Amino acid sequence: MALAPAWRAPLLVAALGLLAWWALPDQLGLVTRIAITALFVLSLDLVVGIAGLATLGQAALFGTGAYAAAITATQGLTDPLLGLAIGTCAGALLALASGAFLLRYQGFTFLMLTVAVSQIVLSLAQKARDWTGGDDGLSGFSMGPLLGRWAFDLEGRTATLYALAVLVLALYVARRVVNSPFGLSVQGIHQSRARMAALGTPVLGRLLAMYTLAGGLAGAAGALSAQTNAVVGLDSLGFALSAEALVMLVLGGAGRLTGALIGATVFTLLHHTAASVNPYHWLFVVGLLLMGVVLLPPQRLAAALRRRLGAAGTGAGTGAQP
Amino acid sequence: MTAPLPLLAVNALDKHFGGLHVTRSVSLSLAAGERVALIGPNGAGKTTLVNLISGVLAPSAGTVQLLGQDVTALAQAQRVRAGLARTFQITTLAPRLPVWQQVAMALFEREGLAWRGWRAITGYGALADEALALLASLGLASQAHASAEDLAYGEQRLVELALALALKPRVLLLDEPMAGVPQGDGARLLAALDALPADLAVLIIEHDMDLVFRLAQRLVVLADGAVLAEGSPADIRADARVRAAYLGH
Repeated sequence: MALAPAWRAPLLVAALGLLAWWALPDQLGLVTRIAITALFVLSLDLVVGIAGLATLGQAALFGTGAYAAAITATQGLTDPLLGLAIGTCAGALLALASGAFLLRYQGFTFLMLTVAVSQIVLSLAQKARDWTGGDDGLSGFSMGPLLGRWAFDLEGRTATLYALAVLVLALYVARRVVNSPFGLSVQGIHQSRARMAALGTPVLGRLLAMYTLAGGLAGAAGALSAQTNAVVGLDSLGFALSAEALVMLVLGGAGRLTGALIGATVFTLLHHTAASVNPYHWLFVVGLLLMGVVLLPPQRLAAALRRRLGAAGTGAGTGAQP
Repeated sequence: MTAPLPLLAVNALDKHFGGLHVTRSVSLSLAAGERVALIGPNGAGKTTLVNLISGVLAPSAGTVQLLGQDVTALAQAQRVRAGLARTFQITTLAPRLPVWQQVAMALFEREGLAWRGWRAITGYGALADEALALLASLGLASQAHASAEDLAYGEQRLVELALALALKPRVLLLDEPMAGVPQGDGARLLAALDALPADLAVLIIEHDMDLVFRLAQRLVVLADGAVLAEGSPADIRADARVRAAYLGH
């Protein structure tokens, strides 16, 4: 009956993040990007890994949160937490509205419809130039100090801590939800819809609630991205972002929440280092890595290692959300 | 003397799949404590009938009444809450979840706690205890923490039963509970079926005639989607039409 305590992984992330913040003062931009990407992939894991819904439309939720936060700031409401709250709500609302329609479908149909919905959102953003800046993107806004106290500095010290704090909090919330009766029922739906329906589970309602929560987290990630970069472009709603997030999730392992963070970190670091070595061919490395992960799942690798080392890892992995 | 109100009443149920007429004006009723077996050759429409009663399929015509309430328009989840549980002919479990957690899921749904999204499932001590006790009563205590897919087939069938019982239903539909269970493993399952709560109304689909005659007080014979005969085991054994359609081969 051993569930890992919900605070353990967030605490570890906070410690690692603070360590990076302290040790890499020249790379704070990268650390912030990793934290925001990790939050976004975490939101995707709730949909793909926990609820079992393969989606290529997660960027629509991210971009909506980003634009909502940016528009809030252009209206003179520059408090970061207010913008974050509005971005979170915008992502959640879009997820609620689109999910009510999307979740009636399953598998390939669902996947294609998520693409369709995000294309619609993208073209709306393109059309609404007055609000979004259209193809030029939205910039020229600045954020007020965090909690009225810590201004966003050029080195990104405040931004990094801000993004890290939101990530840690989101991971804690996600972990609690996944370990709760509600989270268990969503995992049950993932593994067997017919079984859950026979237990009296309102399948659609449960999935919609989880999708809405994920939309909120994706919106929060978008808001953070808009606030820390002070610019939002149409690419934040794009198909490429959805696809990349899925690649990151698969890299790190879906369904464990921490895998989303690992995948986002590895992918972003690779992007950062490999792209500076060879800006055109870094995706080659990602492709190879992905192939390795898909053909050799980490769990199997870990099991093989454990066997090789002869460790008495009996019963590991049963009854626990790692 | 008035007959007790049936817990389940199926009235003139019809189901078409396009041109295929799989259920033809089927009526049957179950009272509290009754054990009724639904038998019939393959393709007679037995599982379709279970799906119609449980709400997986919507009937083309006819009604389903549960505890006197018309539930024909209700979704499956609402029928479960109204007191109807079922098992599946083909084992339908969440393969990678620990068995006790699956039973706990049923308990959370029954108690209306399944929307709770903050406290960990392990924080519901009384329900966890109930789940473990239920599994222990079926001889599954040592398997409680294993994933469903790691259980032997006979044990998975027992978990199917445990999930239905966890809902504390008034009416239980058992779709071939013994299907595919090896001879040796059947004893535990049989014992579990014998030990079902006395006031539960049970409709059981089963091919094993020994089991049917042992368990059921009344038999309903389905052939080509329609009720061919209904009566006590002795009546059914003596019925020439039934023998021709089913028992005779």
